[in-house]
Amino acid sequence: MAKLDIPCIPPSQITPEAVWRSRREWLKRAGLGALGVGAGALAPAWGAAPPSFAAPRDSRYAVDEPLTSEKDVSSYNNFYEFGTGKQDPSDHGGALQTRPWTVTVEGEVARPRAFDIDELLKLAPLQERVYRLRCVEAWSMVIPWEGYSLSELLKRVEPTANAKYVEFVTVVQPENMPGLRSRIIDWPYVEGLRIDEAMHPLTMMVFGVYGKPLPNANGAPLRIAIPWKYGFKSGKSIVKIRLVERQPATSWARIAPDEYGFYANVNPDVPHPRWSQATERRIGGGFFAPRTRTLMFNGYADQVASLYGGMDLRRYY
Amino acid sequence: MRAASAAPRRQGAAARWSPRQAGRAKPLLFLLGLFPAARWIWLGLNDGLTANPPEFLIRSSGVWALAALCLTLAVSPLRRLLDQPALLRWRRMLGLFAFFYTALHVWAWAYWERGWSAASMWADIMQRPFVLIGVAAVVPMAALALTSTRGWMVRLGRGWQALHRLVYPIAALSVWHFWLIRAGKNNFAEVYVYGAIVAALLLWRAVPALRRRRSAQAGGGG
Repeated sequence: MAKLDIPCIPPSQITPEAVWRSRREWLKRAGLGALGVGAGALAPAWGAAPPSFAAPRDSRYAVDEPLTSEKDVSSYNNFYEFGTGKQDPSDHGGALQTRPWTVTVEGEVARPRAFDIDELLKLAPLQERVYRLRCVEAWSMVIPWEGYSLSELLKRVEPTANAKYVEFVTVVQPENMPGLRSRIIDWPYVEGLRIDEAMHPLTMMVFGVYGKPLPNANGAPLRIAIPWKYGFKSGKSIVKIRLVERQPATSWARIAPDEYGFYANVNPDVPHPRWSQATERRIGGGFFAPRTRTLMFNGYADQVASLYGGMDLRRYY
Repeated sequence: MRAASAAPRRQGAAARWSPRQAGRAKPLLFLLGLFPAARWIWLGLNDGLTANPPEFLIRSSGVWALAALCLTLAVSPLRRLLDQPALLRWRRMLGLFAFFYTALHVWAWAYWERGWSAASMWADIMQRPFVLIGVAAVVPMAALALTSTRGWMVRLGRGWQALHRLVYPIAALSVWHFWLIRAGKNNFAEVYVYGAIVAALLLWRAVPALRRRRSAQAGGGG
């Protein structure tokens, strides 16, 4: 019997990922550029192509699973400021004004100040990191985010010894966010972390997704991503970051403290009162794909479990 | 009592549909009843079931089941309001559509949420009050669907109507189930709409019944 002959490709001949990715980017940009030239002749204002956010992928944050499609990532969202439906953010998010945009960093810091979004974009080199996202509603995605660790920003404002927690405040634009008319949440949306969680390198300030600026539905122009916690912990369209001494009263924990805790670490052993968290449905998995097992800390236990040594994670869910 | 029924008819009896005429509209009613299912298929072929089709179908089937239940309960008030007693001919089909969408709702939960595992389904029912309340509505509803045939009406005799009054607690349990699902997200707009409709349909029956009882007591005493 002849064995199936699989050609062996020497590693030297494999195109490094960064190279083929940059080639793709180059092609995309060239295409956009040509479009820009053509469009520029017709309507100069229209020629501005969205800035590329293509950033080198950081291999430390790889996920050995297929990415969720860009369309699903940006059209299936919980962003109640635009409405409670999953498609409301992509349907009604267009009016959000994301420029000019400043983020105020204040509270228990030696150097409180406001940062312009363009300054934040240059504060540290953007990286692409592939993170799992696990929603408390038991669905999940795999998403390539562009950004850098939140600690890069926090270091610069020099938190004081009293900075025990960090609070994230989402923008309120009543004319542009139809969901604000409902009283489901006592706006603005507030989320928070313990300072060590916020300083953890996995906690990310995100400016882009799939190599492009964040769509409004995903929390433009910047959001937080905390991959080992349920998605609602990752605030979107952030305008204020406060360092505080006491645990912040976060939005969902105020509405239903028995359902949404402050910690909200992904934990298959602690069920939500209305459903199990033991399994999850991977978005885009197809109509008949079985549910997959949820991993402790969403698969990031090696990196973050030490933050919770000695803590009863059933009590502090 | 019953002054309204004694008053002269506006259009006269000629404008009333005969049972046969109402029966002729039933194929149309059947097609209308299939609209939600047809819409799902259309959405499925046009990439419209959102990024999470199982969740969309679980929720959509539940809402349509409740809508069909409201329509079923609206038959009696409409018969009187429109002075069309023949509308009774539509009630069984509407009720069976309510059960059809309820059955799909249960099937979707069993398949997509609990992976067809009986142990997992049982655990969900025992752990979660809102699931238990859903089951408490589904079980009698299945009994009503089963006994909706003419044969069962004959067999049960006077008991049939008593049995089918279970539709009132079923409707109340359904709204409660819906309310509990939305409670955690503090999102009650739709629940209030359906709750108000079911409340109105039940009160429309309860108020005259209570009044009858009271006047019967008053009559007995005087």
